[in-house]
Amino acid sequence: MSALAVVGYYEAWWIQIIKAIVIFAVGLQLVPVVLLAERKLLGRMQARYGPNRVGPFGALQPLADIVKLLTKEQFRPSTSTGFLFALAPVVSIVTAVAAFAIIPFGNVQHIFGTPVGLYGVDVSIGPLYLFAFGAVAFYGIMLGGWSSGSKYSFLGAMRGAAQLISYEVSQGLALVGVVFTAGTLSLTGIVEAQQGMWYMVPQFFGFLVFLVAGFAETNRAPFDLVEADAELVGGYKTEYGGGRFASYYFAEYLNVVVVSGIVTTVFLGGWLLPFGIHPPGWVDPFVVLFKMGLMTFLFIWVRATLPRLRYDQLMSFGWKILLPLATLNALVTAVLVVVTHG
Amino acid sequence: MTWTPGDDVIEVLRTPPPGPARGTYRAFGETLRGLKTTFGRMLEKPVTIEYPENKTPVYPRFRGRHKLHRFEDSDPTYPNLEKCVGCSLCAAACPADCIRVVAAENTPENRVSAGERYAAVYEINLSRCIFCGYCEVACPFDAITMGHDYEMSDYTRSDLIFTKEMLLAEPLERTPLRREGE
Repeated sequence: MSALAVVGYYEAWWIQIIKAIVIFAVGLQLVPVVLLAERKLLGRMQARYGPNRVGPFGALQPLADIVKLLTKEQFRPSTSTGFLFALAPVVSIVTAVAAFAIIPFGNVQHIFGTPVGLYGVDVSIGPLYLFAFGAVAFYGIMLGGWSSGSKYSFLGAMRGAAQLISYEVSQGLALVGVVFTAGTLSLTGIVEAQQGMWYMVPQFFGFLVFLVAGFAETNRAPFDLVEADAELVGGYKTEYGGGRFASYYFAEYLNVVVVSGIVTTVFLGGWLLPFGIHPPGWVDPFVVLFKMGLMTFLFIWVRATLPRLRYDQLMSFGWKILLPLATLNALVTAVLVVVTHG
Repeated sequence: MTWTPGDDVIEVLRTPPPGPARGTYRAFGETLRGLKTTFGRMLEKPVTIEYPENKTPVYPRFRGRHKLHRFEDSDPTYPNLEKCVGCSLCAAACPADCIRVVAAENTPENRVSAGERYAAVYEINLSRCIFCGYCEVACPFDAITMGHDYEMSDYTRSDLIFTKEMLLAEPLERTPLRREGE
């Protein structure tokens, strides 16, 4: 009997546990950095300083935020559904961390003589795993909005549902072209297949579509209709406060990191460097982190630039422009792959 | 229906009509232009004036907290006579009804002001004051003027009732004044 998904490479169980802890710790460290970078950069792009009071250059601002949020009261509206209300942020955070696990920071390295893959798992269904957890992550938003018992939360969650359905299709189709070209679904395999040229160049339209869909997927500006502060107060997290709000916030920024990581892996050549530079293996994670940083900067930059789309604009953009573009891209790639390798 | 400009309009900048393909292309170009703008702003210095350390300079005619004045060059036997003669015109002019003046007679032993009477009690309730400056206009002796201080918040309302001594005293911290042409 064949397995549904083959894991490409795995280590002893104790290495797996250590890796899980390391990945979670790295994720936890990245989120405050991204949060601070966003607030500082947004400030500079709007000709102001951003946080600069707590610690040197405001570097301890995320810490102060966390302390403030965690020492707050855990409250919930009387109309909310208690169990689901508490569960929803957990779902969000678990799926975000789980999606983070498949981002490869490097190939198999020998650390103290033990071969260790610099990723959580190298599943043979990489993008599918990502989409699976992306779809579950949506339950975090949906449950949170629904169980709050507030109309603003519910509206935000409904928008989230429609947005996710529209954009996940294009996002998937954008990756199909890459998968055709690489001939594998394993993310490490996809990186290895980019030795000659990063997929950003041959799959430029796929890259663009994936990027735009990624913005929508993480509910970031200009597609942050789910939490449109102006009309929906705060969307699905209107009724949340304290630690639960912090969980949602954490998941949101971790999702930004994850999408940056996936774009890095799939389109920007992962740990590969251009011009035939082959650094020693320990440099690989830093190369990946650097590229992820660039992508995260793009996220922040776009947030500072573009105004929020109207709901119908979002829908027509998703279905009338992105989806045909992604389909066409997949189709042309398929034909080219058949012609060249046929 | 499109708007047609009159003869006096020399040039009208119109956005090109958005089409399916051209509109998308144009939106892409405009997005890049916007990104360029924000990136340029990022390299510039922030315009923030970091408030508690640096204050925004006020204009000379800024209406801040009131001041009561003394004569700088009065009779040496009675130095620093107050300008206020306790006429209560400021209290009458005040639309917020926040000034309270109780007048008393000057005597040769106790000479406080230049006139016949002086203000024994002069109180301004700054929690009611709307900083309109009518008191300044009403005063016949320029005894009360609007100063430049605007940091007057306090923890209790009773602390906001400023007495004559507080209004006569020089403010502890000076508010920076805007220079000519600034």
